[in-house]
Amino acid sequence: MHTTLVTDTVTVFSRELRPVLRDPFSMIFTMVQPLFFLGLFAPLLPGTVGGGSALQWFVPGIVVMSCLFGTSAVGSNLQYEMHTGSHERMLVSPLRRPALIIGRALKEIVPMFAQTALIVVVTIPFGFRPHLGGALIGLLILGVFCVGLGALSYTLALASKNREWLFWSVQQAVIFPLLLLAGMLLPVDGAPGWLQALSKVNPLTYVVNAERALFNGEILTGAVGWGLLAAAIVAALGLLVGTRAMNRA
Amino acid sequence: MIHTQALTRHFTAGKQTVEAVRGLDLRVETGEMVALLGPNGAGKSTTLRMLTTLLTPTSGTAKVAGFDVRTRRREVRGRIGYIGQGNGAGHSQRGRDELISQGRAYGMGKPAARARAAELIASLDLEAVADRVVSSLSGGQRRRLDVAMGLIHAPELLFLDEPSTGLDPQNRANLQEHIRRLRAEHGTTIVLTTHYLDEADQLAERVIVIDQGRVIADDTPERLKADYAGDRITLSFDREDDAVHAVARSTGIAGAQVERSGTRVTIESRGGARLVPKLLQSLDESGLTVAAVEVARPTLDDVFLTLTGRSLREEGVSASS
Repeated sequence: MHTTLVTDTVTVFSRELRPVLRDPFSMIFTMVQPLFFLGLFAPLLPGTVGGGSALQWFVPGIVVMSCLFGTSAVGSNLQYEMHTGSHERMLVSPLRRPALIIGRALKEIVPMFAQTALIVVVTIPFGFRPHLGGALIGLLILGVFCVGLGALSYTLALASKNREWLFWSVQQAVIFPLLLLAGMLLPVDGAPGWLQALSKVNPLTYVVNAERALFNGEILTGAVGWGLLAAAIVAALGLLVGTRAMNRA
Repeated sequence: MIHTQALTRHFTAGKQTVEAVRGLDLRVETGEMVALLGPNGAGKSTTLRMLTTLLTPTSGTAKVAGFDVRTRRREVRGRIGYIGQGNGAGHSQRGRDELISQGRAYGMGKPAARARAAELIASLDLEAVADRVVSSLSGGQRRRLDVAMGLIHAPELLFLDEPSTGLDPQNRANLQEHIRRLRAEHGTTIVLTTHYLDEADQLAERVIVIDQGRVIADDTPERLKADYAGDRITLSFDREDDAVHAVARSTGIAGAQVERSGTRVTIESRGGARLVPKLLQSLDESGLTVAAVEVARPTLDDVFLTLTGRSLREEGVSASS
């Protein structure tokens, strides 16, 4: 059989996905944190945020947050495989280097879908009403963002080599400012100017705004366009630096 | 199968440059079974990692299985098998899944990969554990799985980096048996690194001794031992006087090194075993009564000692380098 970049990517993707499919409960652990936020933070919200129901505003943010937490951590799996020797095993095979990063990054879409589905199912009894078509487009944008974020996380793992502390320090140092500046938990509308300025250069802000619009059925809006663009930029950047790092590995 | 010219690799750590491999010229022909022997830090693994495309040489060239390791990496990768020091199988994966993924990585179709995986699982005695998560396997089982993964595409050239490190004697013997069978049944060219003397001695037909990034000897184990180390004859006497006289009588033996400590005299000489009957007779004629005789064949450690003045067994000395 002749291999191509596509078949190589499928090989890597299937390999990454298999343990998840064999043991779906492994995904539950990465979902615990967003569910805590839902359960312990949502009750603190006022009845309405930005003119709508608080839940309609809050849940899409939690969906993005769950993606952010889960996907930004995946580099640690690679770091573990670098440590045990199975990454070396992949490197010595004729698999194309870009496939090693693209296949891994694409796989991150699958747990993200599962997590989103869980969050939506859990919140519907409490009054969350997602717009189906919008939510599907929202997942698409989130999928693109996920691929980029996953690739960046793997890049960080490759750069950190065997220094696990370095990976986690950088991951935490990046994730939390991004999260807070994106207006995920609280609206940044009333924030001081400097914070609003920072929020405007945060790609995550646009993704969160797009998800909010889409889950509420506002599909053909500027927010959605900006969200898609921001996600696409993150994906392109992630795959670019990821491929470069993998080529050097 | 392998041809290197002035292959060199430097590592830079801070301001210090370490020359891990210095100008290695190496030729390995198809079907050979070669061991790279040397202490930790000698440059064996670095050499292997360059030959397997895992590490880019600083300078020099290397052709492996017909292709340049620098410019035609994918061609090299598709033709060689590699069993590294770590575990090739992902710990969260199942052994059989990993074997199939590997097969796919080497361009096998799904049915072919599945069939080949089953074949290797049977021949490496992994049936009972192949469908379990890798992290639940014992060290020996994981090592066998590593071997299976390295062989998935039936490579014509197989590299093994310290294959038996961390294995108990039983598993070591099994692994060596498997390597021998591979060679006998498929004519696979095999290059392994080891710091186990007996492994190099028993397994390899050619031993390349590496120290401080250079080849210092290259021959069959028998020839190396014959050329660089002699048999060691140890004579024990009841009285020190006799030992002193024995030394005087033994110094006449051509090419022999004679040493005495207390009542023991050691004579190191090539083909020394054949000298023993005559030596004993001559000592007897001089009225010196030998209490005990011991003849030790040389080991590759003696070879290494002769070549470098250091013992391979003193791992502590070299481990830091």
